[in-house]
Amino acid sequence: MSLSLKDLRFDLQIIASWIEPGSKVIDLGCGRGDLLLYLREHKGVKGIGIEKDEAEVRECIQKGLTVIQGDLNQEVLDYPNQAFDYVILSQTLQQIYTPHILLPSLLRIGRRVIVSFPNFAHWTIRLDLLLHGRAPKNPQLPYEWYDSPNIRVITIRDFREFIHRLGYRVIREAPVSTYNQDRQGKIVKRWANLRATYGIFMVGKEENGRKNGN
Amino acid sequence: MSEYITHDRRGRSVGIVQKKYFTFAYPPNLFPLECGAKLGPITLAYETYGQLNADRSNAILILHALSGDSHVAGYYSENDPKPGWWDFMVGPGKAIDTEKYFVICSNILGGCAGSTGPSSINPNTGRPYALEFPFVTIGDMVRAQRVLIEHLGIRKLLAVIGGSLGGMQVLEWALRYPEMVHAAIPIATTTRHSALAIAFNEVARQAIMADPNWRGGNYYDGPRPEMGLAVARMIGHITYLSDRALRRKFGRRLQNKSHFSFGFEVDFQVESYLRYQGRKFVERFDANSFLYITKAADYFDVKRQHGEGSLVKAFSKARARFLVVSFSSDWLYPTYQSREMVKAMKKNELDVSFCEIEADWGHDAFLIPNEKFEELIHSFLERVSREFEP
Repeated sequence: MSLSLKDLRFDLQIIASWIEPGSKVIDLGCGRGDLLLYLREHKGVKGIGIEKDEAEVRECIQKGLTVIQGDLNQEVLDYPNQAFDYVILSQTLQQIYTPHILLPSLLRIGRRVIVSFPNFAHWTIRLDLLLHGRAPKNPQLPYEWYDSPNIRVITIRDFREFIHRLGYRVIREAPVSTYNQDRQGKIVKRWANLRATYGIFMVGKEENGRKNGN
Repeated sequence: MSEYITHDRRGRSVGIVQKKYFTFAYPPNLFPLECGAKLGPITLAYETYGQLNADRSNAILILHALSGDSHVAGYYSENDPKPGWWDFMVGPGKAIDTEKYFVICSNILGGCAGSTGPSSINPNTGRPYALEFPFVTIGDMVRAQRVLIEHLGIRKLLAVIGGSLGGMQVLEWALRYPEMVHAAIPIATTTRHSALAIAFNEVARQAIMADPNWRGGNYYDGPRPEMGLAVARMIGHITYLSDRALRRKFGRRLQNKSHFSFGFEVDFQVESYLRYQGRKFVERFDANSFLYITKAADYFDVKRQHGEGSLVKAFSKARARFLVVSFSSDWLYPTYQSREMVKAMKKNELDVSFCEIEADWGHDAFLIPNEKFEELIHSFLERVSREFEP
């Protein structure tokens, strides 16, 4: 079973391109394990997945991946300090009850944390709220307010501020605009918080007293 | 473990198999046991399926549960009414594929299906050991298995697999002989018995010892403590199922009647089932073996034995890749007990996968054909055999 970069969701394509070959990676909420499989096949990455859904866990194991069924908030607590080069949290942050507690625990177990999340400041959402007075709903956020798993409303600007407030630093960032069910997309150069459907950030701790590396 | 043995739906089978025997620890080289006693000679009954390949890299050891035996798969004869206890899992083209792997299973030390146990003849007296049989531990069972594995010319096992008491042996193998275990699959098991599990075992033992035919264990020349052993088995069966499984299987349905009998014969189907299971069990199992093996299970404690009180320290010895499997309705060894071992493995940065399979059948779920479960075992074995260099 071979997977090419184009088979991945667009934010995962960007994340995959950021990972150094041969590194140790943990993917939190790894789903069916597409990213881990790609990283293993193309970058020789030793990866671990955490996933709460039994069927997806079984699918990962069928692909020959190492995966643990469980709640990611709890599972990350068991790893030794700096056990990983990268901790990946793709499109899950908006479903986390306490991001301000989770993020420090991710930077405890890994040197870099890579996060992708839907940008609630996208212009379609702003316009919808302004013109129709409706809660956010678009192809990236297809849920009604009452059944949405997305309990945290995040924007790219909010996330950047959040990182600074926690005393961490943004190492890389890629606001992206996606289409074709998020399989394709492009990086947004200007007016990112208005035009990007997703934000992707690589976060690390301050090193050598450097401030805000980006 | 209960009995769910049925013929393979697709007719795949390892075919006719034969029970073999291996004897070692002849005097004066007796086998030292953890309790301090020495035992010998020791015979282990075992069966093998498939062929050992040239570089001896395809050997899988299956460890059986409390009431299991070496007869994992296949039939003893053309007229044998039923196959081995894990026939759906082991065979050509099955999850543990005998066209690819060399599969071994031996009856545990202390058992009563061909291996040395309390019903064996004590060479010093010419009579069955009975309670003169020394206490054996899970560690002793595994140490005896290692002698067999080396006798078979295998330096490193591709995988050790087992459920329940068999899962305890899997853990023991991975911690005691890390250099001999490439991959380990502990299923529906625990690193040590909870008070609940010990309590059930104790009630079962008391039932045997309260049977007037037990006579301090010296019953081999007279009537056997059948009632006590049957009650012990009934207790076991309750713990192997679950509230939901019992409701689905029996509910409050009456057995061949529409009105209560207002007597103490069987009214409910569940009563009939337990009595039947108890009767069936006494035909093939030795009451003293039951006492010894349940005690070994109660004594089993990975923390204490291997980690000086720390589960994390215990698993620092392990080198295997693990697949830990639990079942959602198992209340004998609930999922939290599997999570405890997974946690200790993670803290040691071991390669561990964990899956809790949603299943209604309680602890016994690992003995019931289940495509999801079989596929899990199959694909994990595929992966670890790709990675294995003996």
